[in-house]
Amino acid sequence: MSTDTHATPGATDAEADATEGRVYNVAGGDWDEVVTEDSERGFNEQIVVNMGPQHPSTHGVLRLILTLEGETVTDARASVGYLHTGIEKSMEYRTWTQGTTFITRADYLTPLFNEATYCLGVERLLGVEDKVPERAQIIRVLMLELNRISSHLGGIGPFGLELGATTIFLQGVRMRENVLDLFELITGLRMNHAFIRPGGVAQDLPAGGLEAIRDFLRKAPAWTADLHKLIDANAVFIARTKGIAYLDLEGCMALGVTGPILRATGLPWDLRKSQPVMGYETYEFDVPTVDTCDTYGRYQIRMAEMEQSLRIVQQCVERLADRAGVANDPWMIQDAKIGWPARLSLGPDGLGPSPEHIAHIMGQSMEALIHHFKLVTEGFRVPVGQAYVPVESPKGELGCHVVSDGGTRPYRAHLRDPSFHHMQAVSVLCEGGNLADVIPAIASIDPVIGGVDR
Amino acid sequence: MTQARLRNFVNGRYTDPCEGAYSEVIDPSTGAAYAHAPVSSAADVDEALRAAATAFEGWRDSTPAERSRAMLRFADAVERVTTDFGELTFYLRRVHLVAVMDKLLHDPALRFEIFGGVSGVHYPADLGRELHAVYHLVSITHNRRVRLEVVAPDADPHIPSVTSVYPAANWHERETWDFFGIVFDGHPALTRIEMPDDWPGHPQRKDYPLGGIPVEYRGTKVPPPDERRSYS
Repeated sequence: MSTDTHATPGATDAEADATEGRVYNVAGGDWDEVVTEDSERGFNEQIVVNMGPQHPSTHGVLRLILTLEGETVTDARASVGYLHTGIEKSMEYRTWTQGTTFITRADYLTPLFNEATYCLGVERLLGVEDKVPERAQIIRVLMLELNRISSHLGGIGPFGLELGATTIFLQGVRMRENVLDLFELITGLRMNHAFIRPGGVAQDLPAGGLEAIRDFLRKAPAWTADLHKLIDANAVFIARTKGIAYLDLEGCMALGVTGPILRATGLPWDLRKSQPVMGYETYEFDVPTVDTCDTYGRYQIRMAEMEQSLRIVQQCVERLADRAGVANDPWMIQDAKIGWPARLSLGPDGLGPSPEHIAHIMGQSMEALIHHFKLVTEGFRVPVGQAYVPVESPKGELGCHVVSDGGTRPYRAHLRDPSFHHMQAVSVLCEGGNLADVIPAIASIDPVIGGVDR
Repeated sequence: MTQARLRNFVNGRYTDPCEGAYSEVIDPSTGAAYAHAPVSSAADVDEALRAAATAFEGWRDSTPAERSRAMLRFADAVERVTTDFGELTFYLRRVHLVAVMDKLLHDPALRFEIFGGVSGVHYPADLGRELHAVYHLVSITHNRRVRLEVVAPDADPHIPSVTSVYPAANWHERETWDFFGIVFDGHPALTRIEMPDDWPGHPQRKDYPLGGIPVEYRGTKVPPPDERRSYS
């Protein structure tokens, strides 16, 4: 325990106290000592606490500035930017296809949703929205719904950990790990897939892919049931979440909040139903709602949505199985000017052009080599314009504003990330509440700072 | 592909035809149906007439000067309207931005409740209109989207803040200030949000270099991304 009274280097204690109040650097030790010492100096009721930026329970590097009176939070401010990596700027120096490898890294718990909204925008600008093959759209929906499950588990599991329940975390991670295994099987990577590309998806499901998903679908209900058993009636969990971080419909509307927080107020607003893309209108699923407006309600929504996602995945698997007999069923747009020329395959050193394709361009066809070279190095041109095609990400409305100047690179790509938007609600959720409720309040937003800071 | 369902527009609202009948609209190039159009009956026409007659009450009595003023007020706020790729965009003059936003949020026929963010775009070649702020709004009530675009010159990078109408614009405007240097007048605390407070410059502007160093990989040197060959 050390207390440092020098707010600015060289300033005397008196000066520092006069300008900024007494500054404490607390590193381990007993809080009582600080309080006792402070009370001896003349008790100050208001205390400003800096949480983070590296607190394990803040979903990344988030810094919270809390003003406390006793244990009541009177002022809560979130400070972000610690994970800003210039994804949007970097994309302006890459081709449209390379853009997916960047945007996938924004919110790293929902990589496929980032890719989807970006690619849908690019496809709209290219005017090829209805030329994307059916098979690609089914695989997209399949992957998005698996991603929704893994994202919600990434919200619920660590949520338990934040409340001190390691078992919830481990149960969540167990199921999530199985989703990530599917991702690894299908895309070659556990995250940052760059799997959804303008015009379709990078590659078809591998041999045994459908069987692996079926196997997952068989096991998943037992895992979600375990989570329900573990959490639903858990007295500690209920005490920490019921009535906590209350935000009603009016508040959501004023703050533009979407996703599970909005659906926990009873409004069934889900872009998959209201403004469907990728054929979502052809799948059967429900939009779960509760009307408790609190943290517990948001947890219930996430659990129920996982079950709905499993339903959609099941339908995708059936559709893909039905198409097994379809001859020449492409997963990338059949437009030689846009579609990636190489059939990709998963080799021992990762995802790359298939050996057959390499043999073709290097040994058989000069034209194919030129075509491959042009499309891979230069990329395709996208007509001038701007588009915004949002999708319902696990966290709310996620949209990518893509602007083209007619060139081979995005002129501007801006991600409207729900985590960024919802972090503005932190003050409303936390102020007037208990210090201990700050953690469940933030966990109920399920922010991922990769998406907030991009 | 879903088939669009067209509806009648009567009295400022989309309505289904009284008898609920729809017919298919055929695309002559493919012969396939691509939309459904309402089959309206006499009752629909009557209703449309009634609405028009009611609306005409006030309009009929207005003088030509009043009518032109009403039309000019709209023209004054809106520079241009486009519907590219099925997305509606209003290009607004910046002085009218807050008033238009207020109308979009509060008018029962509009009700754009959800603020979808501000995205800055920098067009250094568009002299006198270099900085664009693009707003996306969505209406849950009517299930519609709209985009607003406002421009400001580099020499006077000011755009009024819409935080008084949409509190959620707060962080988005801070981000756009941070990245593009657009000053949102009336914002409660326009500070940087992603970059450190003492950062010089606005990184998303086109005149701000990407930066980077050459990377050596297996004996070849790869130049930084902004120095590589460009085709656009």
